[in-house]
Amino acid sequence: MATRVFLLVGTRKGAFIFESGADRRDWTLKGPFCQTAPMNHVIGDPQSGMIYAAGGDPWFGPSVWKTSDLGDSWSHSSAGLCYEEGLEPVGSVWSMHKRNGTLYAGVQPAGLFRSDDDGATWTHLHGLQEHPSRPEWQPGGAGLILHSLVTDPEDEKRIWIGISSAGVFHSADGGETWEPRNRGTRADFAPEDQRYPEFGQCVHSLVKAPNSTDLLYQQNHCGMYRSADGGRTWESIEEGLPSSFGFPAAVHPRDPETLFLLPLNGDQAGRYMPDAKAAVWRTRDGGRSWQDLREGLPQEGAYFGVLRQALATDVLEPAGVYFGTSGGALFASADEGEQWSPLASHLPGILSVETMVVRD
Amino acid sequence: MTRYERAPLGSTATVTVRLPALLLDLFPGARRDVVVQATSVREVMDELDRLWPGMRDRLCDTRPAIRKHINVFVDGERVKLASPLAPGATVWVLTAISGG
Repeated sequence: MATRVFLLVGTRKGAFIFESGADRRDWTLKGPFCQTAPMNHVIGDPQSGMIYAAGGDPWFGPSVWKTSDLGDSWSHSSAGLCYEEGLEPVGSVWSMHKRNGTLYAGVQPAGLFRSDDDGATWTHLHGLQEHPSRPEWQPGGAGLILHSLVTDPEDEKRIWIGISSAGVFHSADGGETWEPRNRGTRADFAPEDQRYPEFGQCVHSLVKAPNSTDLLYQQNHCGMYRSADGGRTWESIEEGLPSSFGFPAAVHPRDPETLFLLPLNGDQAGRYMPDAKAAVWRTRDGGRSWQDLREGLPQEGAYFGVLRQALATDVLEPAGVYFGTSGGALFASADEGEQWSPLASHLPGILSVETMVVRD
Repeated sequence: MTRYERAPLGSTATVTVRLPALLLDLFPGARRDVVVQATSVREVMDELDRLWPGMRDRLCDTRPAIRKHINVFVDGERVKLASPLAPGATVWVLTAISGG
């Protein structure tokens, strides 16, 4: 049985696909795809081999692209991927998620859509727009973006989403109704006596641990957190990390206690690698202790950032870890972060990295 | 009969639409010059969407309005969805300066 490993990379100038075998040593590169439009998120379905790319073209607006032949041919659609007339139109698609036969798309301004026909048509899940807190959401630097989408493998009705500067929300009924789940996460940018609001926290990345019903992690604008109760309460796990600021988070494919982060030097300090030395930080104990992983990563002049969706793991043993920089470099580790090597140095600015492992 | 021939030139309510090359790449089979029956820019968009489903969403948003970085010109004037069109008009659909 041949194993094919794909890295799906969304950039400011289209989608790219890297491919390697199980050893993850030599990689080939295809792209750019999607007419070089900015692609915020590219995901793959290992069961079907379908790849979906989502973004927003500066001329032609938001759409979801898909390919059934690993990038050789693409189609696109945004049918139904819109709000009612008169509302601020959907500007771009920011996040994609597939659970069994259902595709989900998170958009800017923040909203959630689903497709049950493989992306041909989309249905707006109105619940988020109707949430009582909706009029008070304020866009962050990248806009009011729904960038994180998490579902429960055991229960199709349970969905968690992360919206920049609005916070984490959870639905137990498939997206009809939502409740904010931000207790314990800070809003350092708020007045001193209002730093733990019900919503308005600036979540940057929300991920769900494998093999666990309710264990979540998040990288926030203001700290790193874990929740053992599905987001009802959060506890800080930033002690031992070089800063409380960063964008992405990635879980291990099997171990719920292993998490990878990429802390940056600070939200008002340039947002690059601390001391300009690149490192991925890993915990093996659910955030109680941290190890910096920097072998093979640049240890001088690393003035780059890594964005919300640009850190990923694969499902192989040992797990591969990958991240793409805002400057267009892509780094890979085939041993859970111990050793790193560059796969590309001069791509367009990287917005997202995902993996897909296909066994032929 | 090709789509181009569906609304022949010379019909009293036809206009000629010139589409941007970049848009054609998104809709295989679409033509640079299209003749449609329309008395307003909105009707042009309706016809384009009928010929190539999804094309209206690429050119218009749901305010509703022509997209911010799409320009539509008639006789040298930038027009809006509601703008009326005279029979025989040429409607230029252009990609504006954008990107980085």
